[in-house]
Amino acid sequence: MDNTILRTTALQAFYQLDLYGKSKVVKAVNEVDLAIQADEIYGIAGESGCGKSTLLKALVAAVEPPLRVVGGKVTYRIDGKEVDVSTLSPEQKRALRLSYIAYVPQGSMSVLNPVARIRDTYRDFIESHLGRQRHQEAFALAQDHLTDLGLPLKILDAYPHQLSGGMRQRVTIALATLLKPRILIGDEPTTALDVVVQRGVVQLLKEVQARLKNTIVLVTHDMGVHANIADRIGIMYAGRIVEEAATEKIFGAPAHPYTQYLISSLPKFGDKTPRESVPGSPPSLANLPGGCPFHPRCPHVQTRCKEKMPGFTQIEKNHRVACWLVGEGEHGQAA
Amino acid sequence: MDKLLEVENLTKVFALGSVLSKLRITAVDNVSFFIKPAEIFALAGESGCGKSTTARIILGFEHATAGTITHSGKKEAKNERVWFTEGIQAIFQDPFGTFNPLRPVERYFFETLRNYKLASSPAEAVRRIDAKLHAVGLSYEDLAGKYPSEFSGGQLQRISIARALLTDPQLIVADEPVSMVDASLRMSIVNLFKKLRDELGVSVLYITHDLATAYYVCDRIAIMFRGDIVEMGTVEEVLMNPRHPYTQLLRASIPEADTTHRWQGEIRLADTEQDEYLRQGCRFAGRCPHAMEICRSTPPPTVQVEGVQVRCYLYSEPFS
Ligand SMILES: Nc1ncnc2c1ncn2[C@@H]1O[C@H](COP(=O)(O)OP(=O)(O)OP(=O)(O)O)[C@@H](O)[C@H]1O
Ligand SMILES: Nc1ncnc2c1ncn2[C@@H]1O[C@H](COP(=O)(O)OP(=O)(O)O)[C@@H](O)[C@H]1O
Ligand code: SF4
Ligand code: SF4
Ligand SMILES: [Mg+2]
Ligand SMILES: [Mg+2]
Repeated sequence: MDNTILRTTALQAFYQLDLYGKSKVVKAVNEVDLAIQADEIYGIAGESGCGKSTLLKALVAAVEPPLRVVGGKVTYRIDGKEVDVSTLSPEQKRALRLSYIAYVPQGSMSVLNPVARIRDTYRDFIESHLGRQRHQEAFALAQDHLTDLGLPLKILDAYPHQLSGGMRQRVTIALATLLKPRILIGDEPTTALDVVVQRGVVQLLKEVQARLKNTIVLVTHDMGVHANIADRIGIMYAGRIVEEAATEKIFGAPAHPYTQYLISSLPKFGDKTPRESVPGSPPSLANLPGGCPFHPRCPHVQTRCKEKMPGFTQIEKNHRVACWLVGEGEHGQAA
Repeated sequence: MDKLLEVENLTKVFALGSVLSKLRITAVDNVSFFIKPAEIFALAGESGCGKSTTARIILGFEHATAGTITHSGKKEAKNERVWFTEGIQAIFQDPFGTFNPLRPVERYFFETLRNYKLASSPAEAVRRIDAKLHAVGLSYEDLAGKYPSEFSGGQLQRISIARALLTDPQLIVADEPVSMVDASLRMSIVNLFKKLRDELGVSVLYITHDLATAYYVCDRIAIMFRGDIVEMGTVEEVLMNPRHPYTQLLRASIPEADTTHRWQGEIRLADTEQDEYLRQGCRFAGRCPHAMEICRSTPPPTVQVEGVQVRCYLYSEPFS
């Protein structure tokens, strides 16, 4: 049975810039096919600048110039019906935001109003989404929600600066999930937090998922966080998903040369043997190499890698890889 | 024993809120440690525990309330602002914040050479810059005429390390240099520290909460909690066999990139940093599973256990 709640089909989202009369196209999301399932935690990993945040913006329909969706589409399944996001009016998008899909952007801890108590931020939020009249009922909802998530109610009386960074991040996540969205999209919610606090935030995300039975799409470059929370992982390189599999497979049997580097460069306790990072540096998305975008850094590069982008090869059920080494590949829908 | 830098009884008190407010927190409380030549020393702990404050005092950006710092045998009184010198250079967390986006990156290099009067001609300056960039796997050609936006985060972090190397420092103070970069760049930066230590004899004060890379590159480590060093020793002892309950929590909280070792159970977090800073007795008592009566009233002493320094009643007479 197909349980896909969020789908992208050959999605292309580019930044179209006009710099001093010279036009420049940053191909941040390129032919991405995703089929994210209801009730799963889907992780996206990849180097800085590979297009993760841009992909999330397209998923939540927060695409604003200079970013444009130039090809493909994003579809939500709402009440059993497939809805093409590009057909939604701004009003409809607003209505879906938070009640259907909620987005915690990168660096969002700083979105809490520094001069308002958390209580007031919650009130403003509730009023803007549920209207003034339902204020009382909504406030009870906020209290229940915080209690459900194991956050102390006394934080409602605090100002953001009185809370630790980790508590601020958890308050932001609690706020984003107040209206019980079916899909929660988080962009690096644990980056720059220390490990103990990070664990607290991941604990909260798991708690949210367990209670709401919803879908979480989580971007982080911390592979340890992915190993702990994600059900499936998509590895992104230069605007494309190059490998996708169950978390255990990504860590245990990575098949794309880039993923293999990523996994083998991770330090492990009790093992001080030298580890290599991925050689070279990531390509500019405004000036991509032809063929497979990883070819200038790939130790296994062949002639055809430089000429043609490999399609996906399904090497096993639910494990697909875009690399000539692995197979001939074919472009098709994600499963 | 040979000590490149020694920090003794360093203390920094901050007033919270307004000038008139009586609330004070001791962000760094009587901290002592030393760094040997050609050693990578880690200072680790959760955010807000006083790591950056310690680094800022060492660099001379901040005055200590009490304590001394001795650098290559020279002791400095607490209020002398001489630390950010040729001998000690710094690298910060955000590679993008380090450079002004509107200035070509090479200007920072020429400026540093000028400030320390390290080159007598433009040709010599370029030679020197090129040599330092080679140490980090880049060259002058790679950056001539370019602006920060033309580099990736990892490249910028390497460039700031090369800039720090211009004065041939004996010590690099690196405050969370990898917390904003991804896994593969992380490895390339810590491998670079290893190379600087092994080939140039440079020491690094590596401030981080990434204990996995700390284990990988460091010799010794100090774990800080709310202003105190709670455990200090070799990474082998401290990270593979943690003794202090806070180190144990920290160690157990590291997300290991291994799906067979997912986190078990739940943890408690502090609601605010202040509560813990202002706590009487052991500051970890509110979260410690072993807290005893005395922990809540009197700060524990620091004791030596098998070569490791631990600050906890579990290891001191008559409790142990
Ligand atoms: N507003 C913008 N205008 C032009 N280019 C942009 C803009 N935002 C992002 N880009 C470019 O698009 C590419 C992808 O950026 P994106 O923010 O999606 O990366 P990311 O994978 O989220 O990286 P990080 O891990 O650093 O957050 C980069 O080359 C970036 O420079
Ligand atoms: N200039 C300052 N004024 C007041 N409090 C400060 C100042 N700088 C740091 N602090 C406080 O001192 C404590 C330690 O901070 P810091 O050294 O930045 O920690 P870390 O680097 O370990 O995250 C924190 O509670 C922080 O809020
Ligand atoms: S397609 Fe070729 S260049 Fe690309 S990852 Fe595979 S082997 Fe390497
Ligand atoms: S002194 Fe007491 S409260 Fe503090 S860490 Fe040790 S046992 Fe826990
Ligand atoms: Mg991003
Ligand atoms: Mg800091």
